[in-house]
Amino acid sequence: MSQVIVVTSGKGGVGKTTSAAAIAAGLAMKGKKVCVIDFDVGLRNLDLIMGVERRVVFDFINVINDGIRLNQALIKDKRVEGLYILPTSQTRDKDALSREGVEKVIEELRQDFDYVICDSPAGIEKGAYMALYFADEAIVVTNPEVSSVRDSDRILGILNSKSRRAEKGESPMKQHLLLTRYDLDRVARGEMLKLEDVVEILSIPVLGVIPQDDMVLQCSNLGLPVVLEPKSIAGQAYMDAVRRLMGETVELRFTTPPKKSFVNWLLRRTA
Amino acid sequence: MERPATAKAAPDPRSAPFQIRGSVQTILSLRLIAPGDPELFPLLRDRIAHNPEFFRDAPVVLDLAPVADATPIDLEAFAGELRRLRLVPVGVQNAGPAWQAAARAAGLALLGPGGQPGGTGSTTRAEPPRGRPTAPPPRGAGLVITEPVRGGQQVSCPDGDLTVLAPVGHGAELVAAGHIHVYGPLRGRAFAGANGDERAMIFCDQLEAELLSIAGVYLVSEDVDPRLRGKRVRVWCEGERLSIGPVP
Repeated sequence: MSQVIVVTSGKGGVGKTTSAAAIAAGLAMKGKKVCVIDFDVGLRNLDLIMGVERRVVFDFINVINDGIRLNQALIKDKRVEGLYILPTSQTRDKDALSREGVEKVIEELRQDFDYVICDSPAGIEKGAYMALYFADEAIVVTNPEVSSVRDSDRILGILNSKSRRAEKGESPMKQHLLLTRYDLDRVARGEMLKLEDVVEILSIPVLGVIPQDDMVLQCSNLGLPVVLEPKSIAGQAYMDAVRRLMGETVELRFTTPPKKSFVNWLLRRTA
Repeated sequence: MERPATAKAAPDPRSAPFQIRGSVQTILSLRLIAPGDPELFPLLRDRIAHNPEFFRDAPVVLDLAPVADATPIDLEAFAGELRRLRLVPVGVQNAGPAWQAAARAAGLALLGPGGQPGGTGSTTRAEPPRGRPTAPPPRGAGLVITEPVRGGQQVSCPDGDLTVLAPVGHGAELVAAGHIHVYGPLRGRAFAGANGDERAMIFCDQLEAELLSIAGVYLVSEDVDPRLRGKRVRVWCEGERLSIGPVP
């Protein structure tokens, strides 16, 4: 049974595209057939983060409006078997997304793929609505700060009222919290919200906590989904999230500071 | 020959171009105390600005009881000003003969006391309604919400109490004619007694509200005693101010 999952947040710059790329690649590494779609028409980023920007010929908008076949636009990832990218147009805007067109593409992808990941644009305008409308599940990407948490709350309200599932009165969309850029030092200093605070406000189950990790930026500059970099702790945390998404029970990591041993303390003092 | 007769006897209700049904609506009333006051519209605009969603395109009845004996103003111009504030004036109530003429000229319906033919004699008004409705409006069973109310969502219960068994997020709005109960944190805005019932109250397990309002009397978060934040409280209206106290 094919699952359509929207990666959304409301707020911009919280790590939606990075997360969509990492989770799509992670699911494919687990042997699933995955397609990730860029809904951010006009500001495409997904193909850059996935490292396929030089292979884009046709895009999502061409498929919707110009009679291009889906498999002409899908780009097969060269590193992970079963991973496909449907890039978007940089020259068009969100009005090029028609509900019927999006539905046709998603229904066609459902036939072939285990997972269809919709990378939503920021905001609550048409692009975001189109990305979430057909979803079965939602991953709400949130940073541990007040404005991001409020926007996530707003998006959760929209998921509950404006999705196809909500409009048709079907069972509600499954919602997951993905807390990204979790900086333990800043949480400890009270500069960022604690995981428990965010969960208390949003009251949805936690899919994963992605620790602050400089390798995320390096990977996105290289066009590499961070899960393909085994040394990255963020990559490891994303893989944990992928396993939870597939139904496994995996304990949360990177949410408590590493224990400081006496030797470490001594070393730091003398340093 | 038979055909027209049967058609007349049993018209298909689905093919009829209209149906007439009686209905009961709850409508905001605007009591005019000093309709000529130049401050009236600026003050009204401020009040609306606190809860624009609630007032947007809301039908309004002008209650003329306090000015029944005064000289009528130009109701057409007055209604035009209301429309500019995105209110929809639909009628007047408690209008004497002079006001009725003004209302007719402005295209407003005559409702309630003074509106019915025969009820125009002002001497029949034994006790003029002052301040509050003479009888509380009938209340239904109200509304019970079990899912979290998220930012940007508005839940309204036009008759009766509103009960929420989940958190109410920042930027969410609860509106009820009666009481509002929140069994969880209340972080958004709550408008109890939205039709003017000052006896309505707000109850919540965890007070973190952005704005509390009962019968139009409101309190913003900044003015809430910090010692009451996060506490289980009830909020009630005392004259022109709101009081907050712990739930026993």
